[in-house]
Amino acid sequence: MTTTRRTFLKGASALGASTLAAPYVHAQEAVTLRYLSTAVNQSPGIAKKASEDLGINIEYIAVTTDDVARRVITQPNSFDLVDTEYFALPNLVPSGNLKGMDATRIDRADQIASVIREGTVGGKAVGSDGTAPFEVLYLDAADGKAFSSEPTEFITLIPTTYNADTLGIRPDLIDGEVNSWAALLDPKFASKAAILNIPSIGIMDAAMAIEAMGEITYGDKGNMTREEIDFTIAKLIEAKRAGQFRAFWSNFNESVNLMASGEVVIQSMWSPAVTAVRTQGIACKYQPLKEGYRAWASGFGLPRTLDGRKEDAAYEFINWFLSGWAGAHLSKQGYYPAVLDTAKEYMEPYEWAYWYEGAAAEQDIMSPSGDLLEEAGATRDGGSYEDRMGAVACWNAVMDENQYMVRKWNEFIAA
Amino acid sequence: MTDTIDTGARRSIRRAIPRLGLRRGQGAGEGLLLALPMWLVFALFFLLPLAVTLVVSFWEFTQYSIEPAFILRNYADLFDGCIDGLPYLCTTLKTYLSTLKFCFLVWAVTLVIGFSVAYFLAFHVRSLPMQVTCFLICTIPFWTSIVIRMIAWIPLLGRNGLVNQALMGMGVTDQPLEWLLYSDFSVILALVHLYTLFMVVPIFNSMMRIDPALIEAARDSGASGRQTLTNVVIPLARPGILIGSIFVVTIVMGDFLTIGIMGGQQIASVGKTIQTEIQYLQFPLAAANAVLLLIAVMLAISALLRMVDIRKEL
Repeated sequence: MTTTRRTFLKGASALGASTLAAPYVHAQEAVTLRYLSTAVNQSPGIAKKASEDLGINIEYIAVTTDDVARRVITQPNSFDLVDTEYFALPNLVPSGNLKGMDATRIDRADQIASVIREGTVGGKAVGSDGTAPFEVLYLDAADGKAFSSEPTEFITLIPTTYNADTLGIRPDLIDGEVNSWAALLDPKFASKAAILNIPSIGIMDAAMAIEAMGEITYGDKGNMTREEIDFTIAKLIEAKRAGQFRAFWSNFNESVNLMASGEVVIQSMWSPAVTAVRTQGIACKYQPLKEGYRAWASGFGLPRTLDGRKEDAAYEFINWFLSGWAGAHLSKQGYYPAVLDTAKEYMEPYEWAYWYEGAAAEQDIMSPSGDLLEEAGATRDGGSYEDRMGAVACWNAVMDENQYMVRKWNEFIAA
Repeated sequence: MTDTIDTGARRSIRRAIPRLGLRRGQGAGEGLLLALPMWLVFALFFLLPLAVTLVVSFWEFTQYSIEPAFILRNYADLFDGCIDGLPYLCTTLKTYLSTLKFCFLVWAVTLVIGFSVAYFLAFHVRSLPMQVTCFLICTIPFWTSIVIRMIAWIPLLGRNGLVNQALMGMGVTDQPLEWLLYSDFSVILALVHLYTLFMVVPIFNSMMRIDPALIEAARDSGASGRQTLTNVVIPLARPGILIGSIFVVTIVMGDFLTIGIMGGQQIASVGKTIQTEIQYLQFPLAAANAVLLLIAVMLAISALLRMVDIRKEL
């Protein structure tokens, strides 16, 4: 047979077409969503499961809490989906970089936990000092730059996780009971206390402590007046000069190290950090306090520029997120998910009883990655969902006087 | 001797110029052309950002935006309470004083250690291979990152750290020493540990260029070891000392990582203040602070440069 130029070309083009076709189909299928949030919210397990269930690739972009907000404002095209805290919204929404999410496209929008939608748990209102999620949940229009106090069809953020924060303590190194935020500034713990050096959150912890000491009653701890800020910072400086603080921390790992090494026996702490100390075999308790908790909530937002297939994929991913598997995954790390009922379906009854009902664990409690968290018989610090979320006193916030507060905070650090 | 070589070289260049067909004017033009890439890099990555920083420092800002304007409020905020608050120091002054204190202490300690190490390497280690080996050993800590070298101190100095356990075990103290960590001491210790090499290298370099004959001559003329050191070695090593000092001073002035980690974030530094402001999107305020820091560093450097003409010495 003679290979003419013609047959050769035919073969080559057929070959070319077949190799070209595959990536083309592939590109149609997999959408990649760039998911911006803090590292704590980025579970590799969730990305893997989402890719299996939906065929959507999740590409995590991990930055710090403050950087998430900064990125939304300064680089709104650098992500497709953001998981940010509700307290950042009063800064993010006026920038116009986030769009109101269409409530009709969220399957379970009406099943979102009442503490987020209305600020109630079991029908009872919780504290709303600070930026409570229900105050900033709705926009007045799809491209609105103002919040709506009434529910609308335009949602700012769909909750991913939320929780109630309190003080972490080392019960093995502390004599007696700790039951009030006042303990943070108690001279008994001089040079063994720590506070976090993220001004907007640190000042709330300080305010909880100072109010518990009976020194002042704030109008709104999450939105202080200049006089209240001055008073709070003056108290903090006084405590610092008296040697109350061993250190300040600004990220998760620092707080774990301070606690695990015994440098600090009482400090403001985040729930997974307490777990991290415990998995090292060191006693650490997330101590419920009589004044209640400082709560926070984080949720999905969409950048204004998102459209087409990426937007569809983002909604699809969010609906999947609310459908239970992810909620159960997060619950087993100690967070609370947006929709409780669906998460329950994906948890064993004994797990649900331990994490949500305050019951003693019938079996060993494992983390999603298979590490032992608690042995059978243990109960969760703070008890049930109602006990913990129902006792929320205030929410993480950005104050109207934020600029002034940051300046005063710098003064405290320099003192 | 160097002078004769110098003039010799200059003469041969002068002779070469007409041969290449270059006239003086053309040479200058071409020189500028040759320097152009350097200038472009310099302008793009140094002058432009600097100009932007300066401009932004006069802008207005809210919690979510910055607006072009020409206001002095950022600078006024920076110096808020600095005059009417006297005799109490305002935050900015206090922060700068604290940074200057670290600068001075770290400079003094690194100078003594750096000079001694360089002196040992240059004059006591005789063979060149040995000198090179010793010098490389000095650089070993640089194989790991700054943060790791810093954090390595924490388990050593902590309340339940090795040092405290050893001291209590030996019965020197019965209470753990708290000031070992998260204190001025630990900050200075870490800074000295991190930056001494920046002192060693230039001083060693200067010392290696000292003609051994000069030291012999000093000894022959009856100078004591101390006199040789103060009258011969130190003056001749001065450029190295100055360059090392510039490195250390500029690095410590802008440092916030070491002061943050080793000071338990309880000690203020200018860098940390700028970082906090940037995190809260107060870019104009951060820019104003950066401009102030730049002025402070330039003042320190120009004071150092008064003492020596670097171009001449190099």
